[in-house]
Amino acid sequence: MEHPVKMHTKDLDFFYGDFQAIHNVSIEFFQNRVTALIGPSGCGKSTYLRCLNRMNDLIPGIRVSGNAMLDKEDIYDPSLDVVTLRRRVGMVFQKPNPFPKTIFENIAYGLKVNGAKDKAKITQVVEKSLKQAAIWDEVKDRLNESALGLSGGQQQRLCIARALAVDPEVLLMDEPASALDPIATQKIEELITQLSSKLTIIIVTHNMQQAARVSHRTAFFYMGKLVEVNDTDTLFTKPKLKQTEDYITGRFG
Amino acid sequence: MKRQQIDKTVQSGFLLIALFSITALSLIVLFLFAEGVPILEHVTLKEFVFGQYWYPTDEPADFGIFPLILGSICVTLLSGIISIPLGVMTAIYLAQIAPVRVAEIVKPIVELMASMPSVVIGFFGMVVVAPFIQQLFNIPVGLNMFNASLMLAFMAVPTICSISEDAIFSVPTALEEASLALGATHFETIVRVIVPASLSGICTAVILGLSRAIGETMVVLMAAGGAAMIPRSIFDPVRPLPASIAAEMAEAPFKSEHYHALFAIGIVLFVFTFLFNLVADYISYRFRQVGEASL
Amino acid sequence: MIEKRLRTQSLFFWLLRGAATLNGVALAIIVYFIVSRGWSAISWEFLTQPPKDSMTAGGILPCIVGTMALCLTTILVALPIGVASAIYLNEYAEQGKLVRLIRLGINNLAGVPSIVFGLFGLAFFCIVLKMGVSIVAGGLTLGIMTLPVIIGASEEALKAVPQPYREASLAMGATKWQTIWKVVLPVAFPGIITGSILGLSRAAGETAPIMYTGAVFFTPDLPTSIFDEVMALPYHIYVLATAGTEIEATRHLQYGTALVLIALVFGMNLAAIIMRSKMRKKLRI
Repeated sequence: MEHPVKMHTKDLDFFYGDFQAIHNVSIEFFQNRVTALIGPSGCGKSTYLRCLNRMNDLIPGIRVSGNAMLDKEDIYDPSLDVVTLRRRVGMVFQKPNPFPKTIFENIAYGLKVNGAKDKAKITQVVEKSLKQAAIWDEVKDRLNESALGLSGGQQQRLCIARALAVDPEVLLMDEPASALDPIATQKIEELITQLSSKLTIIIVTHNMQQAARVSHRTAFFYMGKLVEVNDTDTLFTKPKLKQTEDYITGRFG
Repeated sequence: MKRQQIDKTVQSGFLLIALFSITALSLIVLFLFAEGVPILEHVTLKEFVFGQYWYPTDEPADFGIFPLILGSICVTLLSGIISIPLGVMTAIYLAQIAPVRVAEIVKPIVELMASMPSVVIGFFGMVVVAPFIQQLFNIPVGLNMFNASLMLAFMAVPTICSISEDAIFSVPTALEEASLALGATHFETIVRVIVPASLSGICTAVILGLSRAIGETMVVLMAAGGAAMIPRSIFDPVRPLPASIAAEMAEAPFKSEHYHALFAIGIVLFVFTFLFNLVADYISYRFRQVGEASL
Repeated sequence: MIEKRLRTQSLFFWLLRGAATLNGVALAIIVYFIVSRGWSAISWEFLTQPPKDSMTAGGILPCIVGTMALCLTTILVALPIGVASAIYLNEYAEQGKLVRLIRLGINNLAGVPSIVFGLFGLAFFCIVLKMGVSIVAGGLTLGIMTLPVIIGASEEALKAVPQPYREASLAMGATKWQTIWKVVLPVAFPGIITGSILGLSRAAGETAPIMYTGAVFFTPDLPTSIFDEVMALPYHIYVLATAGTEIEATRHLQYGTALVLIALVFGMNLAAIIMRSKMRKKLRI
């Protein structure tokens, strides 16, 4: 199967005020592949992820230089509309963050803000998204109950369904299983593998086993710099650099 | 792109509305000056501020507000002597030693004090406190500086207490623990570490409390006695600035000298509270707690 | 040595407890006097009839209606402007000179003495805008006075909305305004309402701003339009206690009116306090 480049950054720098959090990062993300970003806490992997849908724009005093491209479009082009960008590049957060609304409303939200009016169509997409996120069977009888009544793992799958509902091309996941128990984590991981047939996934994780299990490619970050990026199998078995080897074998970090 | 254009429009709309407060403040200043400054055609600024006699309806009239200014200052300071210790001590109690259940009762009490209408407090001072202190101290009138100060203190305590409490509450626990770990008692920790660390917040609280007292109208209108003379003792009746405006506006003919003089008193009052607020704003901005290290 | 230090501490703590208690005692004394002496004045007639015989008998219905009308106008003015200002400051504005200027304006507006608001309302609304002494002039004056309280309460409520809600909404391609309208405001709504009730209860008890802009000494008629002048509870207390025809003989009416006023104000406050503590408990889960 052919996997063209869906998204890539070239020499990306990121600053909080005077502090440079990301140095010169260049990575290519291939379509229908899962790329894992790993590295010790504070290495900049989450910050880097948030550059890809410009979520960092919410923080005052930030600056970005270098290139970040989605297909042929420059993500940081001033004429590009950030709202459309975020619809195309969806995101799932570290902690499940369903809105204090019903399960149905949570999924329908993205459709409604993006202009959907047809009730039947919305209902159909809600069902499809919940099925894609493998949570339909658990919630189909309680769509009108509050999403806050779900367990943590269910909430996170709901959030994934919510992100899928607006039909994104890329899905960013920021440690999506770090707040969950092992069984819920396993469900999320299975889901990620299934979803990769439909979209491009970039996942931040501090858990190396998880990276090894779910990703096709892995990028190792350290101190705001990209140390090494390669096929997951290669990176974990034959790392090119000593630093990478030390990290994946648990000698530091 | 329509949605995004709406977003831009909405944002500018909100900015315009947010500017309303500063516009309103400017309009207040504008109108005070427009209606107050004409009094200077009749008296000089010095005569107005330092004149000893306030006989606005005499022929010729005297527009000296010095007794009124002094009345306001005396009443406010005397009320501060009562309200500052009471307010700050209650704040320390609430933030440091009150059990949660007691705090949950005391806090609403303080809030209810704050919401007590000033006219009711003035009325209480007039009909209950006045006869009481008249008998207690064996003085000719119960409506005087002492009475008004007592009532004003009641109004200033909630302001002083709630802002101080926030300041004390926001002192990092690490400082407190450091002091306790060195063998200091809780009391010593409060006096030597917590209060100094929250001093700027407490100062802000005190200034805002006094600012509320000096601007308060109904209490001084009803309980201060209303004599426009320089007080010799705390049991003398006084006529603070707001009381003059409130009492005389009804009888001042539109655009007369008296009318302009009352607006000019409004300017003086506004300047007092504006300065208080500026100082409070400066203190809270300048001495913001930044991190745990800065005291 | 340590005994002495602990004795100092316990003395100091008793002093603090004394201070806290004194507040409660002071509040209790005022409430006791108003209730015990005002209770006998309260009757169905008192609440539903206009004053009679040069205000030496009869009821206070026009004052109750007048105060309600003023409050309604106040909230119609202050709530939209206050919430919108808070949204700008909390959701849109970036820290800078403009925000500092706006905040300075709000802080100083909060510090303007109530009688100065009255002067301003008289000069601007009543005279320049030709509204005369009316509900709308009084309500606008009270509204501007209440604005800082509503802005403060709304900002606090907006700050309490968890950031992840905003991020999740934006990440789905919602615009900022859609995020605020559909996610942030519904969550912040109870807090905004609670704070607004507190602000409104202050306005209901204010006298100085309305004595020359909205309230009059006596009018037997109930208002029929917003350009009518009204009687108001706080001003009525002041008038009866200082300028009535029979000051001593109408004491019970004065106490009765004061009782109705504090019942109204405390009722609003207690409702807000209870709503808030319920909300806090809900948020903790």
